[in-house]
Amino acid sequence: MTVTTLPDEPTRRSRDAGAPGRRIPAFLFLPALLGLLFLVLPLIGLLVRTPWGSLSQQLAGTDVTAALRLSLVSASLATLVSLVLGVPLAWVLARIEFPGRRVVRSLVTLPLVMPPVVGGVALLLALGRNGVLGRYLESWFGYSLPFTTAGVVVAEAFVAMPFLVISVEGALRTADARYEEAAATLGASRLTVLRRVTLPLIAPGLAAGTVLCWARALGEFGATITFAGNFPGRTQTMPLAVYLAMEDDPQAAIVLSLILLAVSLIVLVSLRERWTTTP
Amino acid sequence: MTSRQFSTRSGARVTMAVLAAAALAAAAGCSSSSNSTGAASSSSSTSASASSTVSGAVTVFAASSLKAAFTTLGAQFHTANPGATVTFNFGGSATLAQQITAGAPADVFAAASSATMKTVTTASDAVGTPSVFAHNQLEIAVAPGNPKNITSLSDLTKSGLKVVLCAVAQPCGAAAATVVKDAKVSLTPVSLEADVASALTKVELGEADAALVYKTDVQGSGGKVTGVDFPESSDAINTYPIAVLTHAPNSAAATAFVAYVLSAQGQAVLAQDGFAK
Repeated sequence: MTVTTLPDEPTRRSRDAGAPGRRIPAFLFLPALLGLLFLVLPLIGLLVRTPWGSLSQQLAGTDVTAALRLSLVSASLATLVSLVLGVPLAWVLARIEFPGRRVVRSLVTLPLVMPPVVGGVALLLALGRNGVLGRYLESWFGYSLPFTTAGVVVAEAFVAMPFLVISVEGALRTADARYEEAAATLGASRLTVLRRVTLPLIAPGLAAGTVLCWARALGEFGATITFAGNFPGRTQTMPLAVYLAMEDDPQAAIVLSLILLAVSLIVLVSLRERWTTTP
Repeated sequence: MTSRQFSTRSGARVTMAVLAAAALAAAAGCSSSSNSTGAASSSSSTSASASSTVSGAVTVFAASSLKAAFTTLGAQFHTANPGATVTFNFGGSATLAQQITAGAPADVFAAASSATMKTVTTASDAVGTPSVFAHNQLEIAVAPGNPKNITSLSDLTKSGLKVVLCAVAQPCGAAAATVVKDAKVSLTPVSLEADVASALTKVELGEADAALVYKTDVQGSGGKVTGVDFPESSDAINTYPIAVLTHAPNSAAATAFVAYVLSAQGQAVLAQDGFAK
């Protein structure tokens, strides 16, 4: 049986190659264009206003290496914490029926709608020196999270973990449970099913959630400055450095912004689309 | 298979036409927008007597240390001039100065240092010479009762003590840097807060053991912190200038408000809150 391709229907190859086989209706094209301009114009503004001539001079006068290193390290650690705690949480929310599941899901996603500064204040009240839990940390171990790099990681994980949980939970819900059932009937233990069937099945959703989590953690400002404070090298991440530079030296702030932008762009662009989208 | 009636070519033409029309409209709108300082831009008499011609909204950008005093002054100004309402934007002076030079719509700027006011005057965003209306000094804020027994700046270097300062770009941070240098003390804070109110909050919450804030902040905290004076604070006295802004939407009322701040009544309120003349 031969299959004929109809003339204006794009072939699978041309669609994968990104050939413009589809025509965009005007009522979608205009908002799409405006949306793109809205998102891209500020970036263009930043590039236009960058003091390209005195770039190295500006960089020399700032704590940029310390801030950048701290930002990258804390965002990665926060993502790690989110993975270790968030994936099991997502699994429980997706697979286990228990009373109050909807309430729990809402609570878990609360940091998403909470203003980050409010999150920072809440963290202080819970984990600060006089906090509900923090006072025990202080009296038993002599350790307190505010003003430490660990505090930065905690603040970033608090705001970023819900992204991961939502993404993974969504992937788990839409994953076909029959594969797992088949593996179970073939004699695989629960751990083997998780490791060899479930995780590979949700890998795109997991990867997308991880990237989103990392990006959110990298850009966090309000919770970090409120909970962990601001000190160069220890708690001053790039967003904090930009904010403070903006107060007396906008040129330096522009340069710092550009660097953070470049780093973020490199990470996002280097992620292959096929790793994060379902085939 | 739906028939596609709009090809991208005609869709693009429509878009271009709309964008061009929008650009023309915007250009026309911009060129005809009046510099809305209005006809009453000539500065009226600087007497603070109640003037029934003063009306409208006045937007005042003021240093966060002025919050209590200026809120009172705003209410009193409204009572004296029922047609006028004063709204405030309190924040770090350096941040506010940047906002003003970036075009934020404000009528008056009251800064906590001449340096931050200079940012505004250099950009020609202030009218005339700013007037000094108050002075302030630093004080060490500690937990109520001073449990850690801090009596001087050098006590702040005791190990295990968590001290917060303001960021150097802000007036309180600049003053703190000066007094610390003059006292020849090597103080390493745990955090450089964005403004003096945040630094005070950290002590109030018990997260920090001490902070270098203004005397007025300690007085205004209502017992939530205890203040410890230190002699070096007179080395860095903050001068508070106030000015009407060039692009003030309501410069008549702005001038009246500044006059009120400088008047006897205004000065009395500031003195009551702990500001020095």
